[in-house]
Amino acid sequence: MESNKTVIEIRNLVKTFPMGNREFTALNGINLTFTGGEFSGLVGPSGSGKTTLLNIIGTLDSPTEGEALVMRHSVGKLSQKKAAHLRNLKIGFIFQTFNLLPVYSALENVEFPLLLQKMNAASRKKAVMDALDWVGLADKVRSRPAQMSGGECQRVAIARAIVKKPEIVLADEPTANLDAENSHHILQTMVKLNKELGTTFLFATHDEKVIGYLRRIIKLYDGKVSSDEIVTVK
Amino acid sequence: MIRFIFKGLLRDRQRSLLPVIVVVTGVFLTVFLHCWMNGILGDLIDFNAKFSTGHVKVMTKAYAERVEQTPNDLALVQTGKLTETLQKEFPEMAWIQRIRFGGLIDAPDAQGETRSQGPAIGWGIDLLSANSTETQRLNIPKSMVKGHIPTQAGEVLISEQFAEKLKVVPGDQITLLGSTMFGSMTVYNFKVAGTVKFGSAILDRGAIIADIHDVQLALDMPDAASEILGYFKTNFYNKELAAAEVTRFMTSSDPADPYSPVMVSLRDQNGLSSMVDYMDLVSAIVISIFVMAMSLVLWNAGLLGGLRRYGEVGVRLAMGESKGHVYRSLISESILIGLVGSLIGSAIGLSLSFWIQKHGIDVSGFMKNASMMLPAVFRTEVTLPAFYVGFVPGLFATVIGTSLAGIGIYKRKTAQLFKELE
Ligand SMILES: Nc1ncnc2c1ncn2[C@@H]1O[C@H](COP(=O)(O)OP(=O)(O)O)[C@@H](O)[C@H]1O
Ligand SMILES: [Mg+2]
Repeated sequence: MESNKTVIEIRNLVKTFPMGNREFTALNGINLTFTGGEFSGLVGPSGSGKTTLLNIIGTLDSPTEGEALVMRHSVGKLSQKKAAHLRNLKIGFIFQTFNLLPVYSALENVEFPLLLQKMNAASRKKAVMDALDWVGLADKVRSRPAQMSGGECQRVAIARAIVKKPEIVLADEPTANLDAENSHHILQTMVKLNKELGTTFLFATHDEKVIGYLRRIIKLYDGKVSSDEIVTVK
Repeated sequence: MIRFIFKGLLRDRQRSLLPVIVVVTGVFLTVFLHCWMNGILGDLIDFNAKFSTGHVKVMTKAYAERVEQTPNDLALVQTGKLTETLQKEFPEMAWIQRIRFGGLIDAPDAQGETRSQGPAIGWGIDLLSANSTETQRLNIPKSMVKGHIPTQAGEVLISEQFAEKLKVVPGDQITLLGSTMFGSMTVYNFKVAGTVKFGSAILDRGAIIADIHDVQLALDMPDAASEILGYFKTNFYNKELAAAEVTRFMTSSDPADPYSPVMVSLRDQNGLSSMVDYMDLVSAIVISIFVMAMSLVLWNAGLLGGLRRYGEVGVRLAMGESKGHVYRSLISESILIGLVGSLIGSAIGLSLSFWIQKHGIDVSGFMKNASMMLPAVFRTEVTLPAFYVGFVPGLFATVIGTSLAGIGIYKRKTAQLFKELE
């Protein structure tokens, strides 16, 4: 994965939601650019618009005004099918509540994005085992989500996000349901992935533990960027 | 991918077991109901055939026109010869003669004076010849209440209720007051051999069954009969074959002669064809109601399942599955559920129907007394449509139910589906 290449470009982005007969402005004139290999985070209080922005970058939602370019594709102008394809190939998601498919094993959950890509069985198997290795869960391949701890589930979710070697991983409050030890464990895993694979990470968080790992902190307040700082490595 | 989807389906009982149970139940009931109604219709036809219409019936043209009045002055003559001809020309059928008549039954006291009397419907059938099939056909042995089946000339059976009214018991003498074929008055004495239960209000009120030769003597009808009934030797009414025989017979019938014999098939008597059509209609309505109810239940199950699965759908969309792909996978699941459910439902429905067709359910234990007209054994009848009447709707109801429920995926915005995750 090339670094220093622009992977996400957001210009004058406005997002409003209908609220009764009025409009509620969740994002109000956002301008941001992310280059490949960044490890950055949207930080702000609850309701500041972090998830809304992440969903637009993830092509799950579309801008009301302005533009969001993801891998040079303009979100909102892509067809539903093309957006799905882009997500499948280039974007990995990690959620606060893990969102694993409950009836499938760890291995099957991680395998799912590759099945969508129609990857052949042999390469699929190898990629899945590699990904589970990365997160240290090679011994839990047969377990179902209900049989695993929160930390383990989130590691499976990370494996699922990175198994397809995406350009971008979007992580929305990934530590909110984890204790300190597990939080640090998964953050270290993600730092390692960022370094070794060059994957761009974008977090949405208000967790101090996460903020401590970020190398760029974008503060959101009331749908606006209030500050955008590069963290100098200590 | 398909394997992945089916794996999930099998593991998620709520997704598979519940809808399968709904489909199995609906399909089973539809198939069974269909066979059961067929059985009732079959019984009805069978009953009519045995008691009244035969599979085909030969009468004079004039008699046929007023058949409900049993006008014996228009009866067939030289029936011995006619029966022989029929047996030769239509060997696949058994031909039997019957006389239907009406009259007054009089029970005399020891002095020969009238003690009691009442109107009666009479049947003259072959009771006495060694190879007679009539007592079995009319289920007489099982319907006997007192006494025995006539074994010699002059003996008759009368309905039990009638016997009570007349205060006669087996062994007593009764007198028939009637009119001969030529319109003159006749008086004839019979001895009551036994009493029977018909299971029909009119007949139980007053009916007598006598040997046809006695009736021929009583009504001055030598070598004559009201009607000659034909029964397929297979015992099954074959609509097409019966119609063909009627056509063949009618070519030799003289339309100008009112005494010329005519042949009428079962379907064209007693309004049976409209009865059959009516039963078909009822059957179709009942089945459509079932199918609609099943579709509604499945649609609802699909909606509930779908709601429960918005989270899953959201994740799959986030992983890069397209809405169309998700929708199609839901449809694939429903096809599998519909197929499995319809197969199992049809299999259970057909097996049970086959079993009841073969063995029957004997309800005589629940009835005080067996009777000639009420079938004591219920049977289902499995016909070709039974194989698809449940299967096809079962499959379609499932798929349509899911298709409707799944439209929600398209209607909702991706982000909204996704909100369900939070
Ligand atoms: N689909 C929606 N409809 C209406 N309002 C929404 C919707 N999604 C988010 N919002 C509102 O937008 C604001 C920002 O939400 P969100 O991006 O989830 O904030 P954060 O993730 O920073 O907590 C909130 O006030 C929220 O209520
Ligand atoms: Mg949020």
